[in-house]
Amino acid sequence: MEIKLWINDKLITDNVEPDMPMLEFLRDKGCLSVKRGCETSNCGLCTVWLEGKPVLSCTMPLMRANKKHITTLEGLRKEAAEFGAFLADEGADQCGYCNPGFIMNVLALERDIEDPTDEDIKEYLSGNLCRCTGYTGQFRAVKKYLAHKRSVKADE
Amino acid sequence: MNEYKAVNRPVRKKDAMALVTGKPVYCDDIAPKDCLIIKLLRSPHPHALIEAIDTSIAEKVPGIEAIFTYKDVPNNRFTMAGQTYPEASPYDRLILERRLRYVGDPVAIVAGENEKAVDKALKLIKVKYEILEPILDFTKAKDNAILIHPEDNWASLCPVGADNKRNLCAHEESENGDLEKAFSKCDVIVEQTYHTQANQQAMMETFRAYATMDVYSRLTIVSSTQITFHVRRIVATALGIPKTDIRVIKPRIGGGFGAKQTAIMEVYPAFVTYKTGKNSKLVFTREESQTASSPRHEMEIKLKIGATNDGIIRALDMYTLSNTGAYGEHGPTTVGLTGHKALALYSRAEAYRFVYDVVYSNVMSAGAYRGYGATQGMFAVESAVDELAHKLDMDPTKLREINITKEGDVMPAYYGETANSCALDRCLDKVKKMIDWDNKYPAKDMGNGKIRSVGLALAIQGSCISNLDVGSVALKVNDDGFYSLMIGASDMGTGCDTILAQMAADCMCCDVDNIVVQGVDTDSSPYDSGSYASSTTYITGMAVVKTCASLTEKIKKYGALLMGWDANDVDFNGKEVYKISSDEKISLKDIANSSMCNSTNALYASEGHASPVSPPPFMAGAVELEVDKETGKIELIDYKAVVDCGTVINPNLARVQTEGGIGQGIGMALYEDINYNDKGVTRSNSFMQYKIPTRQDICPVEVEFEPSYEPTGPFGAKSIGEIVINTPPPAIANAVENAVGVRIRELPITSEKIFRGINNED
Repeated sequence: MEIKLWINDKLITDNVEPDMPMLEFLRDKGCLSVKRGCETSNCGLCTVWLEGKPVLSCTMPLMRANKKHITTLEGLRKEAAEFGAFLADEGADQCGYCNPGFIMNVLALERDIEDPTDEDIKEYLSGNLCRCTGYTGQFRAVKKYLAHKRSVKADE
Repeated sequence: MNEYKAVNRPVRKKDAMALVTGKPVYCDDIAPKDCLIIKLLRSPHPHALIEAIDTSIAEKVPGIEAIFTYKDVPNNRFTMAGQTYPEASPYDRLILERRLRYVGDPVAIVAGENEKAVDKALKLIKVKYEILEPILDFTKAKDNAILIHPEDNWASLCPVGADNKRNLCAHEESENGDLEKAFSKCDVIVEQTYHTQANQQAMMETFRAYATMDVYSRLTIVSSTQITFHVRRIVATALGIPKTDIRVIKPRIGGGFGAKQTAIMEVYPAFVTYKTGKNSKLVFTREESQTASSPRHEMEIKLKIGATNDGIIRALDMYTLSNTGAYGEHGPTTVGLTGHKALALYSRAEAYRFVYDVVYSNVMSAGAYRGYGATQGMFAVESAVDELAHKLDMDPTKLREINITKEGDVMPAYYGETANSCALDRCLDKVKKMIDWDNKYPAKDMGNGKIRSVGLALAIQGSCISNLDVGSVALKVNDDGFYSLMIGASDMGTGCDTILAQMAADCMCCDVDNIVVQGVDTDSSPYDSGSYASSTTYITGMAVVKTCASLTEKIKKYGALLMGWDANDVDFNGKEVYKISSDEKISLKDIANSSMCNSTNALYASEGHASPVSPPPFMAGAVELEVDKETGKIELIDYKAVVDCGTVINPNLARVQTEGGIGQGIGMALYEDINYNDKGVTRSNSFMQYKIPTRQDICPVEVEFEPSYEPTGPFGAKSIGEIVINTPPPAIANAVENAVGVRIRELPITSEKIFRGINNED
């Protein structure tokens, strides 16, 4: 099937099988940050944005993205590095395999909820599994990052 | 107070920014695009023989390159366990075999150009099975008439008490002191059976590897592994080819936790590429990772523990039955830790006995999982000590204070080693304060149908396998004086590349940034037995210290040579070699660059390390939780932990290790469970059924360190990686009893079990 879409603002047209999962296509197009941790929409590793909203690309048919915009971590390098530095400074990057999907959702959280409570943060990110950190270090990183962004905003 | 510049500092992991920006650094990211896709046809039966197998139609599917069955593979038995040769685990596998021993055992290997073709071919392979009666209950396996490994070429390379004609993978008995006499003195005895379930490590990156033939016609395997060097030997043994022909590379790996201490699947791409000459890769699905992998050994532990009325523990008697499943990977070794580690928490007892059996059964093979048997033993011992305290009518922390191993104690169960560094008493004291034990023990009725309680447990582990593990590194001086540290240990995300560089930086008196790290490639990295047994910090760390000392001597000597000084009259301060007797000096930069011009002095050093002892780290963990009296539901409120891992090399990474280990321990305590139906099929085949904790399931966790100084460790360090998983199961079980008087001796501690306990139902 013919498909036309934007990956990280780059227009792509292609001919794909109708059952092509979004994840396979994205990895094939070089967006190798997109990882698969399960096949059952449980782990959140494959999270990307479709029209700016987080979706699980492992179980999302690519055709759903026809004429739409997909954003992966490759398209958010600067923001990823900015939040990622907070994660790294907690030692909570660890094996790193869940980081891209997790960071996609952290950056979505930042856009979606102004001044989230601790419970908001945990709930918003609950679909992102991590086996290394026990989440505690990730939580510290999110809190410090959001506080940093608030202080930057206040200074402006 | 920190005398070091790099050690004991929260240095950022060297690979961190690549990981957080999603760089393609993992196995499947770097695999060639033209790899043949491999999938395995798996047995639907727990015990069967292949009567007939026909692949002729499947081979005709367009795009199929090759299909292999048991008829095509060498008859060389091997073990997939990543252990030092000769392995304690029996040689009980073939790449493919006529006999199938669990639901999921590979029947055929299919390799093709794309996934769709391979999927189609898998469906077209015709197999006729002779179905055999399985052993699904491991308590009935020993001396059962059904034999799981009747084959004549089954081999046990080490004297571990294995006997395949008895379904026995290992057996051992050890004791110290007069057990009978010690028990006869006891006023109070607890004798109970504890059951720990199989668990999946559930690292986020499933098992995967790819294989290529390199320019020298050598088989190159890139694998997500903790045991890079062992993979070379395992593949060579399985394929029956010389080790010279194999190179193994470890890229970044997406977690291991012991799972990847077994070469679960490297032999398949290795075999396909060896046979076809083409690149190939195998990526396990999560379902395969859940059903055909290397989970924790299920164990049944019978423990008898006795004390006199004054609260002195006199004797401990443990019998462990361990379920190794279809194959014996890590079977003979994990079991030893249940007693040799857990009993060593109470080394002051007059006598102990420890007996174990490890049996085969028709479920997936077990393997290594963080804690490696100690976790199972600790659940039994730390539960039983609380039960003993209740019988003595004592605060369980008081009973521990009286009896725990203290610095300087000889630990008979722990191979007679002396605890030269032990802050367990301080860990216990501190964790009690952190959780406010004295005010909160045992429980408080919240008046809303819930009871809030506290529970506590101690833990011990090792810092390596003594007299066995080998770590070595190499360090060289480059242009302008920066260093390359070549590491053979497999960083699996925990940050060992970074902490080893921190140690090297302090040894060489330079910045961590001045040391670049590289690993692991069996062709160029110095030998390391691998990242397991908590050994990297302690063993490989010491190799770093020794290598740096050796390189420093070479730098000094070469500096003196260049300047025409007496080599005994110089020292090195990290930036320059200087003459002790005057203020003359030559910079490292000049020395380095001189070594690259008309020089016969290679500024390169490599040293190895092994240890006759395995100094245990210690830990205390305490939980506060609420139990709903009506439903048995548990809610965790708080978790506090204090760890003695010796000198903390990197406080951030050690803290995250601890928090992560506690997270996994909570999963094990409360819900993770691999269970099977009566057909031998596991129900826990996805993250839908096998629930690992989400961030909403983990309560606040607070970690403190209470370091001792280990004289045999690098900078005084011991280990941290494994001990951290051990406290949650017993601490939570103890808290549940403190809340509602229900003692759960069979993990996981579910609401249903508590409900039945509250209502006196069996």
